[in-house]
Amino acid sequence: MSFASPMIQEPASVPEPAVAAKVAARHVNVHYGEKHALKDVSVDIPARAVTSFIGPSGCGKSTFLRCINRMNDTIPICRVTGEITIDGKDIYDPRLDVVLLRARVGMVFQKPNPFPKSIYENVAYGPRLHGMAKNKTELDEIVVNSLKRASLFEEVKDRLNDPGTGLSGGQQQRLCIARAIAVSPEVILMDEPCSALDPIATAKIEELIDELRSNFTIVIVTHSMQQAARVSQRTAFFHLGSLVEEGSTEQIFTNPKDKRTQDYITGRFG
Amino acid sequence: MTGLYYALMVALALGAYFLVRARAAALANGQTLHSRPNYHGLLAAAQVILPMILIHFAGSVLAARFVEQQALAAMDPALLTDELRRGAAFREIREFAIGRGAANATQALQAGAAMYAYLSALTNWAVLGLGLAVGIAMALFSLRSISSEFRARNRFERVVRYLLMACATVAVITTIGIVFSVLFETFRFFQKVSPIDFLFGTHWSPQTAIRADQVGSSGSFGMVPLLVGTLLISTIAILVAGPIGLFAAIYMAEYASPKFRAWAKPILEILAGIPTVVLGFFAALTVAPMIREVGTALGLGVASESALAAGLVMGIMIVPFVSSLSDDVITAVPQSLRDGSYGMGATRSETITKVVLPAALPGIVSAFMLAISRAVGETMIVVMAAGLAANLSFNPLDAVTTFTVQIKTILVGDQEFDSAKTLAAFALGFVLFFFTLTLNVIALAIVRKYREQYD
Ligand SMILES: Nc1ncnc2c1ncn2[C@@H]1O[C@H](COP(=O)(O)OP(=O)(O)OP(=O)(O)O)[C@@H](O)[C@H]1O
Ligand SMILES: [Mg+2]
Repeated sequence: MSFASPMIQEPASVPEPAVAAKVAARHVNVHYGEKHALKDVSVDIPARAVTSFIGPSGCGKSTFLRCINRMNDTIPICRVTGEITIDGKDIYDPRLDVVLLRARVGMVFQKPNPFPKSIYENVAYGPRLHGMAKNKTELDEIVVNSLKRASLFEEVKDRLNDPGTGLSGGQQQRLCIARAIAVSPEVILMDEPCSALDPIATAKIEELIDELRSNFTIVIVTHSMQQAARVSQRTAFFHLGSLVEEGSTEQIFTNPKDKRTQDYITGRFG
Repeated sequence: MTGLYYALMVALALGAYFLVRARAAALANGQTLHSRPNYHGLLAAAQVILPMILIHFAGSVLAARFVEQQALAAMDPALLTDELRRGAAFREIREFAIGRGAANATQALQAGAAMYAYLSALTNWAVLGLGLAVGIAMALFSLRSISSEFRARNRFERVVRYLLMACATVAVITTIGIVFSVLFETFRFFQKVSPIDFLFGTHWSPQTAIRADQVGSSGSFGMVPLLVGTLLISTIAILVAGPIGLFAAIYMAEYASPKFRAWAKPILEILAGIPTVVLGFFAALTVAPMIREVGTALGLGVASESALAAGLVMGIMIVPFVSSLSDDVITAVPQSLRDGSYGMGATRSETITKVVLPAALPGIVSAFMLAISRAVGETMIVVMAAGLAANLSFNPLDAVTTFTVQIKTILVGDQEFDSAKTLAAFALGFVLFFFTLTLNVIALAIVRKYREQYD
């Protein structure tokens, strides 16, 4: 993947490689047709930590998130330039199989989207696709483990064959998380996973994210400042398609360097 | 006369509308009206039109009765013993009155015709006069009822509501009427032929004797060969249309570029608009000979008219039904499900077979049901390509016949309307109706269930 035409950019936007980066983006630009949605974004995402993306609506958070598992490939008018690497390997390399990439980089969406199948089949979907279980026993084990890690197992263990669409919103979202972790991805991308949930279900998911952190690299888009502060170790602030500032969550929330970050965090715009 | 009546009615209504509206508008200058002047005008027009239409209908019907009675009074009562003869005599009178009668008319016929001409002119003018009088009276009444409190808007709304209700009622009553008349005739048929023989008999040859000494005069009315023929042809049709339609729908919904879709979909829908008689001669003149040639080359005996030819062409005919409806339900599967599947690392075809199609399945099933009921009801293609022979055969290379074809065959030409043969058409129609109704009900039930899945 070629570099975009070099733009004049403040040097601050290219992070110094201080943290061990799992995902590294350099000079990423995204166009939807004529619209320049993401402008020269460079950021490092550390392994086994939660990174949150915050910023006003339409600033390109989802767009950037979708670049990381190449979900933007499904949008015909979308054009991505720049470089994104996972463990140092370019994911936009034409030789790379996007199916394998997405098995390594799972995604949880804003609206819970369980398939109209049973709870069991929802979780077994990924392992089946990628042939991860040799027999039924192994598959059962994967399903049960994934449901347990998504702290959903206790609630659904008696009705694994009921349709997943029959669960409550919060349960559906945890089912989607279980579905995502069933293929043992390395990175999990979450796009506003709690925006359709009530505070109690949200608290459960946040707790879950915190537990998952020890095994996975997690990126979460959120509109809730409190949520970013609670669950993430690192925070990136986007504004009008640019990455304005990125750093440890503590630093961003207590001592932002950029005036725009400060205004956003203190609720002066957004 | 009718033309004049309605021209006058329209003129009167327009006059009432503009006059009343102007009056109301003038009144509105001084004070606030409950309803805007336009509504006063509309109500006035409706109050002119509706009674006048009613008078014309009722008046015409009553007048026609009266005129017929009076005209026939001149004729010899001995010749008017039953309804049929009275009808024939009256037709004769009318023909004569408009100058198309025979030259050697009897005295009585001439008298009847004179009476007819005189009375019909008279009643026509009477209806016209009455209608006009009522119309003018209603217009004046509307003009007088204008006042600031008069609730013209509410009244006009009520008129509109009753009008719409009347239209809905006509549609429903017509349907019920058709069903009941078919049902009634079916009962009459079962008085002549036992239901058991009809439903389970395996021999269909609906000839009944016109003269007692005629050969082959015994009719037999077993519908099984027709049922088998119908099912055979419909099965072939759906075997053709199912895969083609479904795969076309999947291609259009999931793979085709928007540009391709934009012109391919209308073309497929044009296919649904080809008159079936055109498809029928295509089946008879192109497809059937082709099948026979291929069959002969393979050493098979193929009838020149075969279920296969009819089924194939009928399959082509119903492709658009399957593809268009399936395309709609596939497109209606939420994008979020596809994203979820792609996000798990599924390929496009895995996503389609494992997520999209199962989610759309109920809708697809109901699309198939509707296509089948369309195939079962199709006549023209079968008449032209599958023949009329009521063979009880499961072999697609034989000539077979279907319900619809037999109904058509029975009712073409001169008929007595109380013979078992003619009444059999109603019984077949009833079975067919029951068949398609069942399919439609199943399809609807499935669609309804499907709707509950995503809220
Ligand atoms: N499929 C698309 N086609 C065209 N433009 C798009 C598409 N998706 C996003 N955009 C545009 O790209 C810009 C960034 O959108 P994006 O969805 O990334 O914003 P976001 O930060 O996630 O906003 P929100 O917080 O509201 O979800 C927006 O201006 C949007 O209009
Ligand atoms: Mg978004």
